[in-house]
Amino acid sequence: MSDLTTVEQILERKSHAVIRDAEIAPTHDIREALFELEAKGEIIVQRVPENHVEVTTKYGRTKKIPIDHTWHHKSCGQCGHIPGYTSSIFWLHRQFNLDYLDPTDQTSCTGWNYYASATSNAAAQAAVMSRNFAAAYETGYFPMIHCGTSYGHYKEIREQLVHHKELRDEVRRILDKMGKPLVIPEELVHYSEWVHIMRKKFAEKQTVDMSMIRATVHPACHYYKIVAEDAIYDPEIYGGQRTATVTATLEALGINVADYSTWFDCCGFGFRHVLVQRDFTRSFAVLRKIETMKNEANPDLTVTHDTGCVTTLDKSQFAAKAHDRKVGIPVLSDAQVAALAMGAHPFRVVQFHWHSTDWRPFLDKLGINWQKYWDEFQGDLDAIRAGTKSGITWEDADKPVVYA
Amino acid sequence: MPTTLENWNPGKAENRHPDVTFVEKERLFLEVKNDLRYSDFLYGCYECGICVATCPSARFYDFSPRVIAQSMAREDIERVYDIISEDIWNCAQCFSCLRCPRGNNPGGLVTLLREVAVKNGLQETKDVLQGYSRVIYKVMLKGNQVSPDMLQPDFFPDWGPWVGEFSANMPVWRKAIPVDTLRGVTDAAWKTNRKTLLELYTIWFETGNMDIIKEIDEGLYDLLADVMQEELEEG
Repeated sequence: MSDLTTVEQILERKSHAVIRDAEIAPTHDIREALFELEAKGEIIVQRVPENHVEVTTKYGRTKKIPIDHTWHHKSCGQCGHIPGYTSSIFWLHRQFNLDYLDPTDQTSCTGWNYYASATSNAAAQAAVMSRNFAAAYETGYFPMIHCGTSYGHYKEIREQLVHHKELRDEVRRILDKMGKPLVIPEELVHYSEWVHIMRKKFAEKQTVDMSMIRATVHPACHYYKIVAEDAIYDPEIYGGQRTATVTATLEALGINVADYSTWFDCCGFGFRHVLVQRDFTRSFAVLRKIETMKNEANPDLTVTHDTGCVTTLDKSQFAAKAHDRKVGIPVLSDAQVAALAMGAHPFRVVQFHWHSTDWRPFLDKLGINWQKYWDEFQGDLDAIRAGTKSGITWEDADKPVVYA
Repeated sequence: MPTTLENWNPGKAENRHPDVTFVEKERLFLEVKNDLRYSDFLYGCYECGICVATCPSARFYDFSPRVIAQSMAREDIERVYDIISEDIWNCAQCFSCLRCPRGNNPGGLVTLLREVAVKNGLQETKDVLQGYSRVIYKVMLKGNQVSPDMLQPDFFPDWGPWVGEFSANMPVWRKAIPVDTLRGVTDAAWKTNRKTLLELYTIWFETGNMDIIKEIDEGLYDLLADVMQEELEEG
């Protein structure tokens, strides 16, 4: 009898959902190492607030996701170029009266630049992260990271800090100059994980039927490929073979999630490429992602959970039209979709006007008279131009729209 | 030349850059190898090719994460020099190659190679990063990689007419965002307080990051150092 695994055995195994066992996880639990360092007095571990939900990660471990009392580590790409991404995250918090901080003592992780140009080093990157975490710790609020790259980059840096004493010593020396302690949070939490645990609450407040929508999902590389064991997996989503974030949220909102063959491919962002060598970015985004989605699923929308992915997939489609490529899929983040489902204003909150690919057919299909709300938003802009209004505030944006 | 034990060099690359001495190439390789992260990123290579199959850059460029992992593991000094001077800037840094069953991190190796290329001011690297200076300027000074005022139609013509529309309406559109830290801000992604920026500048100087900038672009260094030092002295 051969010990070799047959194709039939592999197919049989893959026909069952993957239930992972934390006892036989192939990697160490980084949190144990953090607590050991804390016991030695080397670092402070900031604990997840009491109000949290436990989820299962790739190898069956549990991860605590805070519900509120969070310090929002914003994303420069989101805030700079897709502000509806950020405003939707905050709007969702506000709909549930959740306590959060939108700090001004935060810098970006500077990871985009690091991955683009390498004009930095390990100590500088670790110090930037640690300064941000120390700032959060000083407030007592727990960090929630908006950007997938910041989240992935910080996970890598956490590994480096745990494994290399000389790096810890160097970072501590620099933080000492600022009067800040070396703090590492008990969990690194991405906002889409918060969206994931809140998805059923969102569905309870959903006012826009989305059951006629077919969407594809692009899982963000830096969310689930870097330090893979920290991403959320669920046997009920893709049989536990892929990360559950985004897909579970869309399904909770009644959206039909369609599959496509290049789901594992990156979006083509490339960090440096998207800014100064976009021929690569455009080609990859269109040929490997958008056209494949069009050909295999023909979705109304594609949804992702990171800054670079929304930017790349959205902005790359315009030039491809000139080459008669099959494009024209609007791109949104999971937070924007959830906010829209709960009645967020399409322009005051979701800020559709910052997106390039035509989003009007998607809103038409939802039965949202976008022109009416665009006209209303134009009224806001006219008032701002005239000086009778300083800007749009939460007072203008908090109240959900009741669509006819 | 007959093959002997002394000159036997299986699978190693020819010298394609005779203008650079072997000693110099070896010095650069050792700089990469001596990085504290090197042993976390390279464990050996099965030559299975999974990293290449997942790599976006391998589809569009003559680029192979497998060759990078193998060349580093074999300490093939000539090939590593080819990679550091020609290949590294094609990597998309998506880290799809972390799917490696051996636990290698070819994307991480590229990061280390890039750092060494930058620190040593390799001409090919200077050329590649020439158009990128304004981004470095922004991130080091403002703590944000991108800002609304970078969205100009002459820089992003392929993003469609939206960029022109945004550019024309930028101050008003930015005021029409409900998030307090974003509203009205155009030269950064969000409002960052001065103390935080001074702390960031301290990090750049203390970690030697400013020396790295000096090596790659002296003019940019002068610009940044002037502003930061003045701010730090006042602060």
